[in-house]
Amino acid sequence: MSATSCPPGPVLEIEGVAAPPRANGELVFAEPWESRAFGMAVTLAEAGLFTWDEFRDSLVARIAAWEADHASGEEYRYYRCWLAALEDRVVAAGLLHDAAVAERSARLAERPAGHDHPDDHGHGHGHGHGH
Amino acid sequence: MSKAAPADRLSPALRTEALEQLLVERELVDPAVMDKFIKTYEQDVGPLNGAKVVARAWTDPGYRAWLLRDGTAAIKDMGYGGPQGEHMVVLEQSDEVHHVVVCTLCSCYPWPVLGLPPSWYKDPAYRAGMVRTPRRVLREMGLEVPEGKRIEVWDSSAEVRYLVLPQRPPATEDLDAEALAALVTRDAMVGVAEVAAP
Repeated sequence: MSATSCPPGPVLEIEGVAAPPRANGELVFAEPWESRAFGMAVTLAEAGLFTWDEFRDSLVARIAAWEADHASGEEYRYYRCWLAALEDRVVAAGLLHDAAVAERSARLAERPAGHDHPDDHGHGHGHGHGH
Repeated sequence: MSKAAPADRLSPALRTEALEQLLVERELVDPAVMDKFIKTYEQDVGPLNGAKVVARAWTDPGYRAWLLRDGTAAIKDMGYGGPQGEHMVVLEQSDEVHHVVVCTLCSCYPWPVLGLPPSWYKDPAYRAGMVRTPRRVLREMGLEVPEGKRIEVWDSSAEVRYLVLPQRPPATEDLDAEALAALVTRDAMVGVAEVAAP
């Protein structure tokens, strides 16, 4: 990972006929939560809270574990492995204790249907609700 | 998911939301910084970057030589760098050898030049099959590599990211770099396709 907090500017220039990255006709993320999980890993690594190599090791382990053992017929989902690796790294780095995510998730799950972000922090961007 | 631990039954969307809340509350993640990363890789960085590198190599022999000698520096010269692009190696297709890239362990991919990987690149069938039976997998993906041509499969390591420099299609002598870049596809830069003539 580079030390800068964001990629260099010239990368962002959009020009020409083949506007990226959908030039090949495919969305980068299948669901919104995937982009949040992606963004968190990159942000934490760029901030130096863990290294990219450490994250990659966790990702390799999670993918290998899925390939070694999963329910028959279960579809492989790369960003599920990514999310699990991210949780592994966050706990290993001591950023959160290992039950924190499950506890918060369970609390979020109890929200009534059609909830309107009672716990939102006012940062006003889309979360990856899949429900 | 039926045999997972109870906590894992919570949907990934919910777990992701919970994780983000916790990290933001502890000020470990700045949502604005994170949004910027996501937008960058979702909307701004894509295979067009790599296509411009390829087109420049096709039209500038000095740049091509530099690109093959020191991919990282030559690509950085175009303004493309950052995560997953620190150590770039460029593989040149020829009449004798066809290069194709895979990451068997975890789907490493050269983000600065190609954006984020497509789903097939991450698929276990591609990752395992390309190593064992590359000619067959390439055929299934629509690319017939002649029997006499050698296939070299490059497995991304922890350090190195590969970019394939495709062969310039015939009858494109009149095209400038911009027009050439429009012909270059992501798949050709991974090595699962060739660049078709316009």
